[in-house]
Amino acid sequence: MAMLTVENLEASYGAVRALHGISIEVAEGELVALLGVNGVGKSTTLKSIMGVLRPVKGTITFEGQEITNRSPEKIVKRGISLVPEGREIFGTLTVEENLRLGAYVGFKRDRYKADLEEMFELFPILKDRFHQAGGLLSGGEQQMLAIARALMGHPKLIMLDEPSLGLSPAMTDQIFQLIVTLKERGSTILLVEQNAERALEIVDRAYLLANGQIEHAGTAEEIKRKVDVASVYFGDQTDADSCEVSL
Amino acid sequence: MIDLEFVINTLSLGSLYALLALGLVLVYGILKLVNFAYGEYIMIAGYAIYLSATLLHAPWYLTLLIAVLAAVLVSYLTELIAFRPVRSQSPNALIVTSFAVSVFLQNVVLIMVSPRARPVQLPFFFSRTIEIAGATVPLRNLLVIAVTAVLLVALSLLMKKTVVGMAMRAAADKFTTTRLMGVPANLVISTAFVISGLLAGVASIFWVSRSASVDPLTGAAPLLIAFIAVVTGGMHSTVGAVVGGFVYGLVFNLLSVTLPASMISYRDAFMFALVVVFLLFRPAGIIKRGYTEERVG
Repeated sequence: MAMLTVENLEASYGAVRALHGISIEVAEGELVALLGVNGVGKSTTLKSIMGVLRPVKGTITFEGQEITNRSPEKIVKRGISLVPEGREIFGTLTVEENLRLGAYVGFKRDRYKADLEEMFELFPILKDRFHQAGGLLSGGEQQMLAIARALMGHPKLIMLDEPSLGLSPAMTDQIFQLIVTLKERGSTILLVEQNAERALEIVDRAYLLANGQIEHAGTAEEIKRKVDVASVYFGDQTDADSCEVSL
Repeated sequence: MIDLEFVINTLSLGSLYALLALGLVLVYGILKLVNFAYGEYIMIAGYAIYLSATLLHAPWYLTLLIAVLAAVLVSYLTELIAFRPVRSQSPNALIVTSFAVSVFLQNVVLIMVSPRARPVQLPFFFSRTIEIAGATVPLRNLLVIAVTAVLLVALSLLMKKTVVGMAMRAAADKFTTTRLMGVPANLVISTAFVISGLLAGVASIFWVSRSASVDPLTGAAPLLIAFIAVVTGGMHSTVGAVVGGFVYGLVFNLLSVTLPASMISYRDAFMFALVVVFLLFRPAGIIKRGYTEERVG
């Protein structure tokens, strides 16, 4: 029984249809990737799951209960957390305040202190930057803060939207290493990545998106065997036709 | 010309304007809505003093409490009934709604009470004057400074130390991301309207005390002042609103003492001309801050 089931999801931005019926599954403890070039609907899928975007069609089920069309705050309460694309740190709030808001759902005072210590262990830099404004952190530090902020809410499923975007190669390595660590700690993770080759090194299974549809699905090994990942990445399929306008 | 009396008068006018501006910017920060019904919360509070004194014969402290509560309640209810249903529509829908709420509230008092001005009974000590180092100052002017100082400290504690305050600051920056933390959108918006109403109610006490009367159009002038103070101070921060309020008070009082007697009635015209020229050179206002312009949907 999958933890998260997305069936026939269709979504659009106004007249622009972005998803044409996507079905994915994530089981507890799994690390699953959604891969594909820019503009194929990876982020749109995450936003629809999160309730930020209202799907046109399809159902989203989490732990056996349908969450389609619920508000983001209700879905967070159910135990899904999204680390958004571009990190979305509250720049005018301190690192401490960012983490405190991350712990908003199901806040327990006695647990909070221990959770902070755990985050400092995973991300030592956050301890040094604890009282600084989030906006003053470097890109990599902000990504760590964004992930720590999500973890503070004890999500059952954590969705990462392009965590390596705009980071240095060294920092990208660190983030990918961290995702592996999170999986080993027992987190269930849905990872969205453009960097398919890197992602396939660490994930259990992957879905390859093209033009708002799933083109391939399977274990990391199967995807690597079936698909010339480099061609996907460097654009045999250009993203020009990734969204079509229906009038 | 610039003596202690001038300083105290400027501080008191600036305090009042800062309160007005702060109430307007709190809602703008989160909903990106310039709430044109804001002046009506001030007007309603004025009528609450009048009605509670005449109908209920309430003592002065109770009339003031009722006034503030009335402004809070009306502010909260307008959000619940008028703004919430159109929030996910276009920004134009919100702004037109705020005009509609404004006209509606004006007409409610016009029909229910009277189109003509009503006297507002204020506490006996408001009109007392006291002498400080040779300067004669109305007690009301010192009170508004003290009350504003207390409110500013309380508000900044609320924003810094409480989770709701943090969520409001976060929402002013990135609204959708704040919801992704599990913070309910309605909680943040309602809180903003409640605080906005509270500030309008308190400001109203001092605003109506100047003319000791209230009429259906009482809200127009304070709304305009709040709007100008917010625009000159900087739309994107509470600090900007407070600074804008005090600067407005200072410039206004400077014009009052420097303009010749024959020109004093054109004080507002000079004021607005200065604002236009200032905004030409610094359109972002006195305090610039890099908030993203995200709309609430």
